Amino acid sequence: MKVYADNAATTKLSEKALAAMMPYLTETFGNASSLYDIGQQAHHGVQFARQTVAEVIGADTNEVYFTSGGSEADNWAIKGVAEVMAKKGKKHLITSAFEHHAVLHTMQKLEKDGFEVTYLPVYENGIVKVEDVKNAIREDTALVTIMYANNEIGTIQPIAEIGKVCHEKGVIFHTDAVQAVGHLPINVKEQNIDMLSMSGHKFHGPKGIGALYMRKGIRIPNLIEGGAQEAGKRAGTEAVYAMVGMATALKDANDNLESNMKKMSALRDRLIDGLLKIDSSRLNGDRNCRLPGNVNISFEGVEGESLLLYLDLQGVSASSGSACTSGSLDPSHVLLAIGLPHEVAHGSLRLSLCEANTEEEIDYIIECVPPIIERLRSMSPLWERIQKERGNA
Amino acid sequence: MEYSEKVMEHFARPHNVGKIEDADGVGEVGNAKCGDIMKMYIKVDDGIITDVKFNTYGCASAIATSSMATDMIKGKPVSEALKLTNKAVVEALDGLPAVKIHCSVLAEEAIKAAVKDYYDKNGIEYDKELFKEDSCHYEHHHDA
Ligand SMILES: Cc1ncc(COP(=O)(O)O)c(C=O)c1O
Ligand code: FES
Repeated sequence: MKVYADNAATTKLSEKALAAMMPYLTETFGNASSLYDIGQQAHHGVQFARQTVAEVIGADTNEVYFTSGGSEADNWAIKGVAEVMAKKGKKHLITSAFEHHAVLHTMQKLEKDGFEVTYLPVYENGIVKVEDVKNAIREDTALVTIMYANNEIGTIQPIAEIGKVCHEKGVIFHTDAVQAVGHLPINVKEQNIDMLSMSGHKFHGPKGIGALYMRKGIRIPNLIEGGAQEAGKRAGTEAVYAMVGMATALKDANDNLESNMKKMSALRDRLIDGLLKIDSSRLNGDRNCRLPGNVNISFEGVEGESLLLYLDLQGVSASSGSACTSGSLDPSHVLLAIGLPHEVAHGSLRLSLCEANTEEEIDYIIECVPPIIERLRSMSPLWERIQKERGNA
Repeated sequence: MEYSEKVMEHFARPHNVGKIEDADGVGEVGNAKCGDIMKMYIKVDDGIITDVKFNTYGCASAIATSSMATDMIKGKPVSEALKLTNKAVVEALDGLPAVKIHCSVLAEEAIKAAVKDYYDKNGIEYDKELFKEDSCHYEHHHDA
């Protein structure tokens, strides 16, 4: 059996999205800025896409700017606000310890440029405390950026409350909602969100397209100078097929939001319960406040890369936060941020589901994992040591 | 990053996995914090390594290099096993991704540690230079 369970990394392009994209890759190839018919048809594609994205998140059409993806939207939002606010003497930024690298590395760059950054703790459950945000805001705070839902452990943050605190103090609030858009109900106005990043390939849209929502009234420097595209803020001939593909996928996800969430949470809970039966395992991140498709479990005494490659040999695609998988030297900063010891973080497995997964697939995973864990533990000197320490040897 | 077919073969079905209860030498290197520990057991008869087994906690390449390295020293004189380099193991595996080279260093060091243990236990004289605390290859895994 083949089971794709790495939907937090990327998703399969939906058939609807592909069908909607095809005309713009074939007959309707015009430049959306051209005045003749196929140009105007392309222009309508762009309009449809912008309007659809805006409607789904409760924004106005002219508050949506297309980008190449989530990383670009994060970079643009954060660096843009930082640059504008620095001129007003505000050089303090607030974020969390477990953001995606698109945010964290941007913060590190700004630190080098003389900004001060507060990294809020996320505690054992992987959730930022609103109180901490409130206490961290200063006179010179330029921006608060907290992700909507974490990409590794799936924990959902109290976005509306954080936004409220920011607004009370007059600070701009950005959220990296790449893992949340298309998976959770979002309304930027009701949730006090000033800026939001999203990415098409996380909800069955194409790769290489995303968007930044920016509330009317917020001004940041243009990202790319050139033509009048994206209100002159991000020039370049539009990739109409990608915009239309993303919007179509998003609309589909939104139309089926409730039933998808219900279905996925049931699959997720079945998978969590099945895997937690394994000795010395733990669920990472809050059990309830998590994305409908996210499962992240650590198994003591095993190393994550071996685990996921043995799973791959059985047809299951997953991911891990071990150092060995990242090619870097430390295990995932997310798992360290929720207080996991290094050796437990190395043994983590992330399975991220989508609505196309079935109960049979979940049961297949539940069947595959225990013998692999057993096999890895039987050859693990670390497991031997753990057993000795517990007096089991 | 991609593993060669050889690596995947040795990872999927590693040779010489296990322990030797009455081993003549045991060596353990690596640490849990970095995510890799390798433990080698050797049985020596008349200066020849008659049996070798390993236990490894680590990535696919750590398991594959353990498997290949143990294959390469089995049946060989101890003195020859000492000359096994991580480079030779990597070549025998048709290469490793650059970020995984340190896992093969671990295999070389585990064998050396097992031989040293055998020498120490049996009061065999040896050139201390051979076993210099040479884990700098390994340490950079930590803080690079
Ligand atoms: C939370 C989060 N932010 C940002 C990104 C980057 O998105 P993209 O791949 O579209 O640049 C990702 C996806 O990898 C993500 O999960
Ligand atoms: S054991 Fe960590 S990369 Fe090989």
